[in-house]
Amino acid sequence: MDITVNILLTIATAATPLLVAAIGELVVERSGVLNLGVEGMMIMGAVAGFGAGYLTGSPWLGLLAAIVVGALFSLLFAFMTLTLATNQVATGLSLTLLGLGVSGMLGTGFVGLPGQRLPNLYIPVLSDLPVVGKLLFGQDPVFYISILLTLGVAWFLFRTRTGLTLRSIGDSHGSAHALGIHVIRYRYLAVLFGGGCAGLAGGQLSLVYTPQWVENMSAGRGWIALALVVFASWRPLRALAGAYIFGLIWIGQLHVQAIDLQQFTGAPWLLYKTIELLKSLPSQYLAMLPYLATVVVLVLISRNKRLTMMNTPASLGQPFVPDR
Amino acid sequence: MGEERAHGNLLEVRGLTKIFGTLKACDHVDLTVAKGEIHALLGENGAGKSTLVKMLFGSLEPNSGAIAWDGRPVRITSPGFAKKLGIGMVFQHFSLFEALTAAENIALSLDDGSPISQIAAKARALSYSYGLPLDPQSLVGDLSVGERQRIEIIRCLLQSPQLVILDEPTSVLTPQEADKLFETLERLRAEGKSILYISHRLEEVKRICDRATVLRHGKVVGHCNPREETAASLARMMVGNEVKAVVRAPVEGIDTAAALLEIRNLSRKPATPFSIPLRDISLSVRAGEVIGIAGVAGNGQGEFFESVSGEVRQADAAAVRIRGKDAGALGVTGRRLLGAAFVPEERLGHGAAPAMKLSENLLLSRHATDRKAFLGTAGTVRSGAVQSASQRVIEAMDVRKSAPDPEAAALSGGNLQKFIVGRELDRKPALMVVNQPTWGVDAGAAAHIRQALIELARSGSAVLVISQDLDELFEISDAIAVMHNGELSRPIPIADATFERIGLLMGGAEPGHAAHETEGA
Amino acid sequence: MRLELVKRPQRSALFSILSPFIAFLLTLVAGAVMFALIGVNPLAAFRVYFIEPLSQVWQLHELAIKAAPLILIGVGLSVCYRANVWNIGAEGQFILGGIAGSIIPVLFPNFESPIVLPLMLLMGMVGGAAYAAIPALLKVRFNTNEILTSLMLVYIAQLFLDWLVRGPWKDPKGFNFPQTVQFNDSAILPAIWPQSGDAHWGFVFALVAAVALWLVMGRTIAGFEIRVLGSAPRAGRFAGFSLNRMIVSVFCLSGALAGLAGISVVSGEINQLQPVISPGYGFTAIIVAFLGRLNPLGIVAAGIVLALTYLGGEAAQTALGVSDKVARVFQGMLLFFVLGCDTLINYRIRLAGGGAAVSAKDAAPLAEPEEAH
Repeated sequence: MDITVNILLTIATAATPLLVAAIGELVVERSGVLNLGVEGMMIMGAVAGFGAGYLTGSPWLGLLAAIVVGALFSLLFAFMTLTLATNQVATGLSLTLLGLGVSGMLGTGFVGLPGQRLPNLYIPVLSDLPVVGKLLFGQDPVFYISILLTLGVAWFLFRTRTGLTLRSIGDSHGSAHALGIHVIRYRYLAVLFGGGCAGLAGGQLSLVYTPQWVENMSAGRGWIALALVVFASWRPLRALAGAYIFGLIWIGQLHVQAIDLQQFTGAPWLLYKTIELLKSLPSQYLAMLPYLATVVVLVLISRNKRLTMMNTPASLGQPFVPDR
Repeated sequence: MGEERAHGNLLEVRGLTKIFGTLKACDHVDLTVAKGEIHALLGENGAGKSTLVKMLFGSLEPNSGAIAWDGRPVRITSPGFAKKLGIGMVFQHFSLFEALTAAENIALSLDDGSPISQIAAKARALSYSYGLPLDPQSLVGDLSVGERQRIEIIRCLLQSPQLVILDEPTSVLTPQEADKLFETLERLRAEGKSILYISHRLEEVKRICDRATVLRHGKVVGHCNPREETAASLARMMVGNEVKAVVRAPVEGIDTAAALLEIRNLSRKPATPFSIPLRDISLSVRAGEVIGIAGVAGNGQGEFFESVSGEVRQADAAAVRIRGKDAGALGVTGRRLLGAAFVPEERLGHGAAPAMKLSENLLLSRHATDRKAFLGTAGTVRSGAVQSASQRVIEAMDVRKSAPDPEAAALSGGNLQKFIVGRELDRKPALMVVNQPTWGVDAGAAAHIRQALIELARSGSAVLVISQDLDELFEISDAIAVMHNGELSRPIPIADATFERIGLLMGGAEPGHAAHETEGA
Repeated sequence: MRLELVKRPQRSALFSILSPFIAFLLTLVAGAVMFALIGVNPLAAFRVYFIEPLSQVWQLHELAIKAAPLILIGVGLSVCYRANVWNIGAEGQFILGGIAGSIIPVLFPNFESPIVLPLMLLMGMVGGAAYAAIPALLKVRFNTNEILTSLMLVYIAQLFLDWLVRGPWKDPKGFNFPQTVQFNDSAILPAIWPQSGDAHWGFVFALVAAVALWLVMGRTIAGFEIRVLGSAPRAGRFAGFSLNRMIVSVFCLSGALAGLAGISVVSGEINQLQPVISPGYGFTAIIVAFLGRLNPLGIVAAGIVLALTYLGGEAAQTALGVSDKVARVFQGMLLFFVLGCDTLINYRIRLAGGGAAVSAKDAAPLAEPEEAH
């Protein structure tokens, strides 16, 4: 039972950065902006989080630094695409390339150093409960933030006037502008929010997931988060489900490599056979699973044209220049 | 002009000017609107009407001039400010959000923070009381154009404006829907509100407007009482004496002419959740005649055009026949090679590629039909030949431009449309299908295009014109059919066609294939 | 006070040409600032980065070696991007090309013949094209976003290569190092001028590809088709062009070129397969494509400039003690500046106060610039 709980915990830890980054990007895309720079903002958050945590000795300051750096980095994207109306796809890509480069450069001194880890929550009595204790009351702070973020963004988008305004901009920025809504300002705030979330996700990587710095440690999670937004049809609660499915796949292949097949001799035949099959695969193939799963998921979702048409923010990715 | 300061004017505009680069869109415009008056703003496309009202509504800032509201000078700096003053506007192009409900759309344009349910209830009540019923929970994407306009009007009226500006409101309505609108406007006037009514439709203006201001090329050319003028005198004020009337010689020998386009039982499923299916459409167009298809926007015209042009193919190859050959299975290029030419509704992005030069846009529709002339070995483009053909079209259609071979986007709407139509006419096609030939085009270019279409028909080709402009159709068609909700009525010969009859069909009042006593044989 | 964009009636030809140069200058300035911040003399840095790597003939060869894959991949990507098809997976296509082209020398290490090399190059192109066909077909058939799919395939390709060189293709006599056998001489892409340096024929392929694509894009109906479908897809359909066929063709073309680059590098430079065969060429080529303004001839120049930053980065590491990641940062900044400067092609920038703001964007549809009808 203990092993199962620990496995579940690792799934949550693997899912959390995906969820946080996806929620952030979801808000950005709801405003009609496509920011492909999530991977870049995330890795910058990771290096900033690690660096600040190491230099100050406080992982909390590290987390704060991760959020701030992610947001500042996204400001660059915002200025280019919103004020200078550059191509959003190309600018997002360049943000990622720049982020990977800058983080690699800044992080050269950090390789191999021990990291600070954010402490898990501890509430007397509650955290000591069997099973539920650790799962619900004993996780790292970013886990709780991720859940609150999801619920908060869901409420914000669909229950508040500001959220409605944001969604309207994503539907038609021309109409929104004609109504006097300040499209650019809303989009700037959305992009900054997305940047902060991506930074937070990166901070989780270097302060919780593996408290150390490794170059390119985001390993494509930013891209998977982008796919998750599509998979979730731009709805926060679905993003939660998607993130956990992917978290399972991501961490699952590592567990499969690690576990001992002997332990499963008593298990149901299908489960035993599946694990046996997976264990027989080369480790590289197992490592491919999250990326393959992303492709499969994208194909399945985009097949349904009606679903895509009804849910995609209609002005997504189109540049907007207000006329006065 | 006359100043009626006796009972106080609602709006007084003096010397309002707006300049874009080197262009004076509005040049020292004077305008006076009294209280309880329906005032027309007349002018053809490009006269400056939209620019003027955008300044009144705060969407644009004037370069110079003064505006006085209820006797006090004001500077209208934003739409929010205009609304607070009491100015409301219903734009020609709606500012709606398709994925949201009518109530949410209305809520977004109101500044108060009241809950949406409250706004929905108020909107519903107001809409019913003004005779323009509205369901607040409907998704805008599911609504027809006329219904969407109601949302715009209700949204405007909810803010209790004193002055309501309407920009070309009837261009998207059937004649019957337009009548309903006029009732609403007269009711508003009875309540003491004023209306600024922008239009280029003279009969309407004569019918409901008390006074009119006429703009031409950004300047005021006159103020008048439309009821004391004739349509001809108003037209003369609007366009001057420069435009020739369209001459339509009668068709000869039509009964024995071959049908160059035959459409038989054409059906098409809706392509997207928001589009219209086509149902069992049949139509023939013979050599020498011009057939018009009337209909309000959004009744399947675009889908019909794509089906005829071959951008969407048919399962049944005989559903569309061109010059006696089955064309349903052919794509656009195949149909062009049979002798057909097509001009779509949208100029930039469909009929022409905006970022490409005019000469390249010539190649767009003629790379296959004129392969021998324009292409060399291994598909190389003979740019010299393309350029001279392009020049030929430009001269024939009198296309005005600022550079020898500019990008399509740099041309004005009228000139680009002349080029696009001219590019097809240059081929002398046996069949010409045009969707909205003169939408957004100034009167001079429009007349040129319409005359060219008639002449093409009289020289032996078959011409099919889809248009929302009934006046235009009556001017150039030999028979008019009506498209409503994806169905096409039988063509009514022009001699038997009246606005009322066509209007009823446009509104779907009579079933699509109602038998008529006289058919085109 | 705010920054406003005013649309030009027509794209500015002047800025179309100037933009990459302005961007490069801005990058130099930003780079100087960056160097100063980390305590390195900017002038010394520039000498090390840009001047010294060009000072000797053998170094020019090194430049050609690095530039070749950048140009090859870059021109292929430029065709894609002009078609509005976002192939981000060139790195993966490069890898698959390297793998596919290495089938003969790895599985038949003793087979020597003049046809080995041409076959290898051909198989490399086929491998890259086939791998690129995957995201293309997914887009055409299922409307799946090609950015994400092509990118996921990069990770998959890297893992696949890793497995190959550690597993079935590992050199049994290689002391358990993760690498394949060394290719025999008939499987090695020769140098162009062996006396003066190591530059292999990959550079020639790159130049040929650039010129060929420049001609096709600018002078043929096929190039016209791609440009129209990329900028106005509905107009392209109206012209009778097939969007789906174009998407697949363009993806396969760039995949083939990336695959050719891959096998050229493997065969001409590394002479075997290893876990890592590319220092990110597939991604740097994206920058090359934009810096060259999506024009194949411009890409030749851009490829050489970026190859220089690679060499400079390596030199700076030894000479200045600066991390070689700095080259990456340069490249990223360069792309940013290029994109920003490109705005000037379509818009004029105006600092607007509170007064009458002029917008030329509204002018065109309203009235004609000339008089009378």
